[in-house]
Amino acid sequence: MNAQKPVLVIIEDEPQIARFVSMTAESAGMQTWHATTARQGLVEAGTRQPDLLILDLGLPDGDGLDLIREIRAFSEVPILVLSARSQETDKVAALDAGADDYLTKPFGVNELLARLRVLLRRHAKDSPGDGQVTLGDVEINLVARTVSKAGDAVHLTPIEYRLLATMIRHAGKVITHRQLLLEVWGPAYVEHSHYLRIYMGHLRQKLEDEPAQPRHLLTESGVGYRLLLQHN
Amino acid sequence: MTDTRPDPDQLLAELKADEADAHRGRLKVFFGANAGVGKTWAMLAQAHTRQRDGVDVLVGLVETHSREETAAMLGGLTVLPRKEIHYRDKALAEFDLDAALARKPQLILVDELAHSNVAGSRHPKRWQDIEELLAAGIDVYTTVNVQHLESLNDVVGGITGVRVRETVPDHVFDSADDITLVDLPPDELLKRLQEGKVYLPGNIARAKESFFRKGNLIALRELAMRRAAERVDAELRRDQPAGSKPGETLLAAIAPGPAGETLVRHTARLAGRLKVDWRAVTVETPALLRSKYKLASARRNLELAESLGARTALLPGPHVAQVLAEYALDHDLGTVVIGKPPRRFNIVESQAARVARLAPSLTVQIVGVSAAPAERLDPWAMIGQRWQGAVWALLGCGMTTILAARLTQIFDLANVIMLYLLSVLLVSVRFGRVAGALSSLLSVAAFDFFFVPPRMSFTVADTQYLLTFGIMLTVALTLSQLSARLRFQAQIASRRERRTAALYELSEALSGALMKEQVVEIALAQLAPRFKTDLGLALPDLGEHLHQEGGMALDLAVADWVYRHGEEAGQGTGTLAAAHAFYLPLTAPMRVRGVLALVPKGDWLADREEKRFLQTCAAQIGLALERVHFVEVAQNALVSMEGERLRNHLLSAISHDLRTPITVLLGLASTLSESPYAAPPAREIAQQLVGEIRRMNDLVNNLLDMARLQAGEVRLRRDWQAVEEVVGSSLRALELRLARHPVELDIPADLPLVEFDAVLMERVLVNLIDNAIKYTPAGTPVIIAARALPQTLQMTVADTGPGIPPGQEETIFNKFTRGQNESATTGVGLGLALCRAIVTAHGGTITAGNRPEGGALFTVTLPRHTPPAMPEPEHLLPDIAP
Repeated sequence: MNAQKPVLVIIEDEPQIARFVSMTAESAGMQTWHATTARQGLVEAGTRQPDLLILDLGLPDGDGLDLIREIRAFSEVPILVLSARSQETDKVAALDAGADDYLTKPFGVNELLARLRVLLRRHAKDSPGDGQVTLGDVEINLVARTVSKAGDAVHLTPIEYRLLATMIRHAGKVITHRQLLLEVWGPAYVEHSHYLRIYMGHLRQKLEDEPAQPRHLLTESGVGYRLLLQHN
Repeated sequence: MTDTRPDPDQLLAELKADEADAHRGRLKVFFGANAGVGKTWAMLAQAHTRQRDGVDVLVGLVETHSREETAAMLGGLTVLPRKEIHYRDKALAEFDLDAALARKPQLILVDELAHSNVAGSRHPKRWQDIEELLAAGIDVYTTVNVQHLESLNDVVGGITGVRVRETVPDHVFDSADDITLVDLPPDELLKRLQEGKVYLPGNIARAKESFFRKGNLIALRELAMRRAAERVDAELRRDQPAGSKPGETLLAAIAPGPAGETLVRHTARLAGRLKVDWRAVTVETPALLRSKYKLASARRNLELAESLGARTALLPGPHVAQVLAEYALDHDLGTVVIGKPPRRFNIVESQAARVARLAPSLTVQIVGVSAAPAERLDPWAMIGQRWQGAVWALLGCGMTTILAARLTQIFDLANVIMLYLLSVLLVSVRFGRVAGALSSLLSVAAFDFFFVPPRMSFTVADTQYLLTFGIMLTVALTLSQLSARLRFQAQIASRRERRTAALYELSEALSGALMKEQVVEIALAQLAPRFKTDLGLALPDLGEHLHQEGGMALDLAVADWVYRHGEEAGQGTGTLAAAHAFYLPLTAPMRVRGVLALVPKGDWLADREEKRFLQTCAAQIGLALERVHFVEVAQNALVSMEGERLRNHLLSAISHDLRTPITVLLGLASTLSESPYAAPPAREIAQQLVGEIRRMNDLVNNLLDMARLQAGEVRLRRDWQAVEEVVGSSLRALELRLARHPVELDIPADLPLVEFDAVLMERVLVNLIDNAIKYTPAGTPVIIAARALPQTLQMTVADTGPGIPPGQEETIFNKFTRGQNESATTGVGLGLALCRAIVTAHGGTITAGNRPEGGALFTVTLPRHTPPAMPEPEHLLPDIAP
């Protein structure tokens, strides 16, 4: 039984926050280990074979970014970053360094659980094989490369489609501007973030009921975008 | 609508006003060939025209000389009362410079540029008063006659036989912005003279008959016209780079006396005509150094040259021609101008020929000058002056004779001669040329009298001794000359050496100073013993007011003038000469750093080298003060940087310390509210707790954001953003609270991208929408709209609530202000203040008002810039049948 429990390593210097996170994770059926420093965290990450790692970016003994890079050198474990608001630059840097998602402090138990689920599921293995994705009343067939909304065919341009497909590939978790530009347009375009704004606008116009109040193609201000498969 | 940004038009206007303040006044000179041509009248006529044009004209001083025509012209103009100056029991009315500066008209009329002020005035010359008026930004009209121009003074004197004393340096005339030549044909002038309409100053009145000959008048008229034409020519060439090309500069070799003066004026005119720079040098030969009279005269000539626009130097060296040639070659000066007095016999090579021989590449121009008047040589007076030398010459000769008398029994007469030569050498080395010459003569006489047979008689038996005497005298004189010259040179060298050493010591001592007080202390300690006189220093404070910093008491009024003008003043100068000390500015590369004053002793001020040495010392002190100043500036910058770092550190510490408990609280409360084990009432309480904690978190966020913005820590991360997107993310952040308020959106799909910081702009919208929720009853809509205007993008957030109380549209943006003071609505009024801070940082505006149909309306206006290049439009994907 124990062997099947997903293993979570929390690297957090504030014991109260660590306790709340452990409590939530354990209530969701996980086994948790706690580290209070980056150094200790690296040891835990290396020895516990974790299925998920939660890392506070504000660790006292060092740069969380370095820790992410070091872990990424030997492990593909999903990493969830905890950070304060107004640290958008740090979040983006952490995500670009290899973190998978972030959670802004303070956060409620539901937000934390939602993130944990997304990351664990993604890790369990990627997407269903039938290539059929549903976003509310929007149906996307990745095999046939067709998109329909409420039964009507929606016509996308090649880039719009590529953007949507990329978002689906990272569904549930945040994807930074830089990652999107890199994957959709290529390395020469990583500074052209206004391209993203234009095309994301087009996609929302075509797929969302209310483009200014999107339910699926969400904006994470200052960081990037997140595709929400089912709205809760 | 208030805008905290400065209005660009207003800025521009202020800038222009500043420029006008800093602007120097314009000088217009009414220039005439002679008294009586109507300069003053022309000046007044033009002043009337300007006054009609609305210019504020003030008559500073106009001499009507009780001529009715001129007096009538004064009507309608404001005349400045003259200042009474008491001089030798006489009350004299002078131009009141201070009153004119205080009154600060746009244009002031000051007659007779060449006038000399009464002793006790600030400046000895009126043109200096005018310089100060111009520097204060006041335009000046003035008049001058051709004979008052310094460079033409001697020429006019030569034509008319009358030399005027009052002269104006040519640079004053040449730097005038405008010259108006007032001309009257000689016949008409003579007619006016006969009618008594011409006022003649002092010595010209006495020489009226000779001065006002028609021939003279024609010559003067031609001179004036030519001078004015040269000015016009110079103006035409003003666009050309100033100064002369290398190799074009003239070098005038200035001798002492009237010959040198003639050469100075000649070269000044020549340089003016050729439009090249010129330098005047005097070679400081031992002969020159020996004569105080000649040295003083040479210095006067150099000062004249300086006033005529030359760069001057006093060059030490034994041979005039050699020094001149070397100086000309070293400084790449193409032409040497040398004066040549008439000589009856041209046996010795002239200076000019020698220069030409030493430096064949130079052009040598020879100017005929009058012979230097022979210095009154009174040998007895000279011996009297140097009685010590004379006594020693006698003693030396006597002792040599006694010694030689003893030795002739053993030695040959030839060796006796050697003994005499030795005594001549010693005397001349110790006591100089005159004593040496005396010693030479005495030696020959003594040798003849005591040793040449027949002894005890000046008669000579063997005529071949005459040759011996001749050679002995020649050798002795040459020896005395050479050794005396050696002595002079050694003296000069040691004086220079001492100066160099003193300067070195000063700069070494100053280099260690780290504070202003140290600089002052070192400067006074080093300079006082060197100049053996009283010194004082005054330095400015932060408010630019001078304060005495050490040494003797200063006249701060004089010091202040020196500080503001960056020029020397006080005793021995042209400004405020009545002061008891000599004041000079401590000029550093960036600006004047203070004022040094010292009481000159004897004729110290006449010694150019000493003065230059003092100026160098002052520059050193200025430099040290400037360095100390910048050290201070750097330290202050470091301190403020340290402060900023500390502030940022504190902010992030507070941020961390506040957020951690909130995070824990929210986590625990939300756990409880979701817990299946908790009783339903407990879960409800936990849910309320969650809401309250989120609100507290919003407040903390606003507080911290405000603190960051005010600490200047926030750097805008501007990016091209879609309004729709930021509205969307704001609405999502408020999702829970918006549950009971419908949102009405009016955002066109084709809005252009706008450059802003998305995170901060989201804060603005979140605060505005949250405000709308807080102050309106449930069920009423929140209306969000956006519009692209030609230059700006406008976003509005409106509600249908009670609206903003009238008169509070502006105050609600202040910190800790709320719309309804006694309302139960939660939240401290920091949100709107934060909104304004963020929008202002973006160069935009935010205003509050009420909609006509009721409800509050907040308008955010952001500047639109040219958006970046957009991606190419694409074709749609082909329709693939499912």
